[in-house]
Amino acid sequence: MNLYRSTVLVCGGTGCTSSGSHNILERFETLIQENGLENEVMVVRTGCFGLCEAGPVVLVYPEGSFYSHVKVEDVDEIVSEHLIKGRIVTRLLQKGSIDESGAVKALDDVDFYQKQRRLALRNCGVIDPENIDEYIAFDGYKALYKVLNEMTREEVIDTIKKSGLRGRGGAGFPTGMKWQFAYNYDNDKKYVCCNADEGDPGAFMDRSVLEGDPHVVLEAMAIAAYAIGSDEGYIYVRAEYPIAVKRLQIAIEQARAYGLLGEGIFGTNFNFNVHIRLGAGAFVCGEETALMASIEGLRGEPRPRPPFPAEKGLFQKPTILNNVETYANVPQIILNGWEWFSSIGTERSKGTKVFALGGKINNTGLVEVPMGTTLREIIYDIGGGCPNGKKFKAVQTGGPSGGCLPANLLDTPVDYDNLIAAGSMMGSGGMIVMDEDNCMVDIARFFLDFTVDESCGKCTPCRIGMRRMLEILNRICEGKGKDGDIEKLETLAQNIKNTALCGLGQTAPNPVLSTLRFFRDEYEAHIYEKRCPAGVCHKLLSYTIDPAKCKGCTACARVCPAGAISGSVKEPHVIDKEKCLKCGACIEKCKFGAISKK
Amino acid sequence: MKTLAELEAIRQKTLDSVNLRREHEGTRVVVGMATCGIAAGARPVMLAFVEEVKKRNLSNVTVAQTGCIGMCRLEPMVEITLPGQEKVTYVKVNPSMVPRIVTEHIVNGKPVTEYTIGAQDQ
Repeated sequence: MNLYRSTVLVCGGTGCTSSGSHNILERFETLIQENGLENEVMVVRTGCFGLCEAGPVVLVYPEGSFYSHVKVEDVDEIVSEHLIKGRIVTRLLQKGSIDESGAVKALDDVDFYQKQRRLALRNCGVIDPENIDEYIAFDGYKALYKVLNEMTREEVIDTIKKSGLRGRGGAGFPTGMKWQFAYNYDNDKKYVCCNADEGDPGAFMDRSVLEGDPHVVLEAMAIAAYAIGSDEGYIYVRAEYPIAVKRLQIAIEQARAYGLLGEGIFGTNFNFNVHIRLGAGAFVCGEETALMASIEGLRGEPRPRPPFPAEKGLFQKPTILNNVETYANVPQIILNGWEWFSSIGTERSKGTKVFALGGKINNTGLVEVPMGTTLREIIYDIGGGCPNGKKFKAVQTGGPSGGCLPANLLDTPVDYDNLIAAGSMMGSGGMIVMDEDNCMVDIARFFLDFTVDESCGKCTPCRIGMRRMLEILNRICEGKGKDGDIEKLETLAQNIKNTALCGLGQTAPNPVLSTLRFFRDEYEAHIYEKRCPAGVCHKLLSYTIDPAKCKGCTACARVCPAGAISGSVKEPHVIDKEKCLKCGACIEKCKFGAISKK
Repeated sequence: MKTLAELEAIRQKTLDSVNLRREHEGTRVVVGMATCGIAAGARPVMLAFVEEVKKRNLSNVTVAQTGCIGMCRLEPMVEITLPGQEKVTYVKVNPSMVPRIVTEHIVNGKPVTEYTIGAQDQ
């Protein structure tokens, strides 16, 4: 093994890969060969760094220089200046990574990372996910050794229980309890499953863990299997995550080759094997009973509980099912002790949570913060606030099952219970920020449209009730809202929540309920005044030309596809509201800012 | 994989190549590698440090490079910082001096005074 003086880490997460990071990696490898640096400088493709907005990103150690928005052409400069001459290329550094004196700050001191605490993501962007040795170098598989040789099954479950770890997939059920239930049922066969069917629009933390640190999931599943008395596991992952699937496959092969999966692990009589099952992207398959049906080869439809999976799960055997991010915490809890883990976070929510920041925010990406961090810290201190100086309006947490929280709740400390009290939920950790240009009725309609599409159709409240709600919302957005619509939405929402079969239906009305709670005035403006305050709902807008500003240049009349604009040259033009399609082409064309939509 | 020792062996073997990425407060060897440094022969010096550190299996040492610090006439220059100590600057370093610097300074904690910038000025 060579001793390298410098390491170049190139992000190979999905975000950076789609912006061409593989070309950057190749260019680095070529130039390093050409300059004869191959025995001094190591190039590694890692998982996601989290700051996807700044991608493709490259990190050079030992200096810790964080280069963002790197182009293939820039690689030549980084190699000739930084790697050969030791001069950091400051123009490519992520902004904010140079302090007042001009010195380059350590990565942890950059605003984006300063308030973060990376536990689940600790290896993402640090190790080469396709090399098991690097995972082992960062204490990988040590926790598995410890449980197999030094701990009883009861002690493992006890440790997880005391740590206060709760499910990171959405509902927040205590993980140790889940393991205890499965342990309690005696059976000749038990299963350990991993839910990697990440379906919430905008959430991508599970993908990042699988892409950046796949071994942590395998190790944690083996620990769980030992604890409950299982010898077989399934990872259910979306087929839309090709990089994650590939790296998981590589990880499983490498772990098998080392005997860290298979028969007689670490010389004990413990056996464990893992299979991958690809999901076809049905949102409902993230629900545990539907997921297991899908693994069995049946239709991905939920079934009533009880019996819970701990009693009768996969193939009718006792089963535990945990989310990727939940597993990512397990080996560290075993190594560092439950006291360490439970010292992080709030009273009833321990540890950290990964959030996928998206929407109208400057630093789109993945952030991991201790439970109890406020929404304001996440959105402003880490996320950098809304772009273009727009005013923050709401943040949507928990995906299609969650709700929208307004500006006056920004100081809410984020944990499972506080979010539910505020009318939203943790969910899998999607966080979509909206500014003044977003119409809340339209947002609710967007999420309902998604859940209506994704409803499996098994139970009536979800299949029919959600569609009725969507129809009402569509009507409101088209300016055909009637007095009583809001009340109808509320009644329907309550009934669906109380009667739907699974988590999908039970939480699907949440976006409507929370927007009604905090933005009722927008609904009322749509229904009673036929007006969309944010200027989003097309049918409610009307385009007008200000005669004082119009110079009669005829540009708008020429671009209008409907021929709705008339007027003679050098005279103010007029829009015929009957003919206008509200396409907005005229606004883009007008050089004088004379056309407005309201 | 049967024992912790086997796991530890893989860990140790890989540690060298990932060490740069870990948080650690070890010894830093910084070689001036601007045009002036390179022209004066800084590359062989840096490679000699890398080689020596590897040979002695020193896990807590990073060898890095930096730009010009302004005293081009004294290149190749090397700065060595031991944890909790003041930085020591060596000047006009050549590869044959490196084993002694590593042994006396990095391993035994006694700077090689005659090679330092202080000795040069006298």
